[in-house]
Amino acid sequence: MQKIVTLAAASALLVLSTAAGHAGTLDNVKSAGVVKCGISGSVPGFSAPDDKGAMQGIDADICYAVAAAIFGDKSKVKFIALTAKERFTALSSGEIDILPRNTTHTLHRDAALGIDFTYYNYIDGQGFMVKNSLGVKSAKELDGAKICIQAGTTTELNLADYFRTNGMKYTPVGYDTSAQTREGFDGGSCDVLTSDKSQLAALRTELKDPSSASILPETVSKEPLGPVVRQGDDQWGDIVRWTLYALINAEELGIDTTNIDELKKSSTNPGIKRIVGTEGTMGKDLGLGADWAYNAIKAVGNYGEMYKKHIEPLGLARAGSVNDLWTRGGILYAPPIR
Amino acid sequence: MTSVQHISKPDRLPPISQSGPIAWVRERFFSSIGNTILTFIGLYLLYLIVPPMLNWAILDANISGTDRSVCDANRDGACWTFIKVRIVQIMFGLFYSANPDQIWRPIMAFAILGGLITALLLPWIPKKPYIGAFTIFVFPFIAYALIHGEWLGLKVAESDTWGGLMLTLILAFIGIAAAFPIGIMMALGRQSDLPIIRYLCVLYIELWRAAPLITILFMASVMIPLFFPAELDFDKVLRALIGISLFQSAYTAEAIRGGLQAIPKGQYEAADALGLSYWKKTILIILPQALKISIPGIVNTFITLFKDTSLVSIIALTELTGITRFAAGSLEWKGKLIEGYVFAAFIYWCFCFSMSRYASSLERKLDTSHRN
Repeated sequence: MQKIVTLAAASALLVLSTAAGHAGTLDNVKSAGVVKCGISGSVPGFSAPDDKGAMQGIDADICYAVAAAIFGDKSKVKFIALTAKERFTALSSGEIDILPRNTTHTLHRDAALGIDFTYYNYIDGQGFMVKNSLGVKSAKELDGAKICIQAGTTTELNLADYFRTNGMKYTPVGYDTSAQTREGFDGGSCDVLTSDKSQLAALRTELKDPSSASILPETVSKEPLGPVVRQGDDQWGDIVRWTLYALINAEELGIDTTNIDELKKSSTNPGIKRIVGTEGTMGKDLGLGADWAYNAIKAVGNYGEMYKKHIEPLGLARAGSVNDLWTRGGILYAPPIR
Repeated sequence: MTSVQHISKPDRLPPISQSGPIAWVRERFFSSIGNTILTFIGLYLLYLIVPPMLNWAILDANISGTDRSVCDANRDGACWTFIKVRIVQIMFGLFYSANPDQIWRPIMAFAILGGLITALLLPWIPKKPYIGAFTIFVFPFIAYALIHGEWLGLKVAESDTWGGLMLTLILAFIGIAAAFPIGIMMALGRQSDLPIIRYLCVLYIELWRAAPLITILFMASVMIPLFFPAELDFDKVLRALIGISLFQSAYTAEAIRGGLQAIPKGQYEAADALGLSYWKKTILIILPQALKISIPGIVNTFITLFKDTSLVSIIALTELTGITRFAAGSLEWKGKLIEGYVFAAFIYWCFCFSMSRYASSLERKLDTSHRN
């Protein structure tokens, strides 16, 4: 009995100590020699293994970039695949150090779950795909439609909200997976398919005849996705946040994988010099080496290169979308590195 | 003397209407109006289902090339190119798909396992208990040394990069191997005369049997990390293995208890009359008979476990089902989930079918030996 009590007390202490947050994540990461990174593993464009078994995608790239910023070696990443249910526990228990698992930033998650959002590596939003034969040009004309949807997701709730707000009716046709919603849509079980727009574009390319369907312009929800860290270790949060900022700033300043070595040697632009680490104490301020951002950009490219490699093949053009730089009409706006 | 020899003419064949294929068909499919209608409905359903499936899976299917361009040009058929390109990944997981020159390691481990199991199945090979003990207690370490690699100085494959059919087999095999000794102890404990031991064993068995495997896996993946500090790195595969082994041990215990109860009381009494101690009685007299009787039951729980390992994909482990989802989530092969699942189902079927054949042949064999 004594033993059980001691054990219970010990485990309670452990729970408390983990809940208090791990100060010194950077030290832990350095002693482990690897960044532990929680990803989904099966979302095209975000994280999934390629033919060679290497994790690819815009979420996976965040981890490669952080590993490169810390170790100068992008291979020092350990990917841990997580389901939507496990992800926050895995983060707060210290099983992973970063969580870039297409996770939407919401108040509840930020305030109540002991986690912190850094910035966004993709800004998504729910939309509609319709059969062209329907002749619909706007989501406002969808009154009475049969809509294929993945059951049990926030997509379902957003859909209900949108139709109620606009005083329209619809018949939901629920499926378990997004591949099944596509089959249902292709097979004629519904005229409309709703999902996040990044998914819609991917699903559209998999239809029997992609040209028979189009995606409506409306975006009915806000889904800013980005890497998440544990609350209570601000230094670690800063490292992840500023690595992402560095990738975005690099694009703004025209630094990419092809010219970064050249620029490091010869550039006279102080903004570029601060990023590549030939001027200022940026790396030291973060607790990293001077070439942290240089290594990160060298490893995965600037934000535009990441987008082009992983997101454009899904059929999502960037120009003029929210995911473009603020200088080109988008809303990606990274604070200056100085 | 003349003898009259009667040579009977050979029997005439029954009329064609009562034997041969026509009669066979008539008797089985058209013996009454009701049956005739059912036959036609059945034929119509087959007509609806089989040709499209054949077209999809074989006639219109694509297998050439190394990327999806062939499949995108012909969207009516299955895209087996996906399976062809990703076969190492689907069989051995991410580490071995990144290091295809290393796949001899898991192949060698499973070849050893295959050899051991064959030795256990062939009736004329002696010393089965030793082979069995070796398989359960020693082989897992050999397999770990090969697949993980650190002990042998090979390139290290961390357990969270294990996957595919390899991980399915690891989970199923370790599940059964760890469950076997625990199961024996629990089954014996449940029969014990000492009330505390008996109740503890009953509690243990009923606790695990009352919870579905899914909840145990969720518990292992979500709750356990909360109770241990981050430095104590229990990886997910290990946590799932612990969960599966504890779960499986309760079922193995019940299968063995069936065997213990099937042994005639006389065997116990005879052993007591010889003056054998409890352990001698158990090890020399009771267990050999009880285990022999309970083998079919244990094989059946093993088949169930083998299929249940697919549940670990819901805690995002990349065993056969999980890796299929991962592979079909890649940019190169997005949307090829159906091909992946059909292939995975085929592999599960091959394994489970051969195991259930083995179990039923075993049941027949054991059945006759007990009928005298």
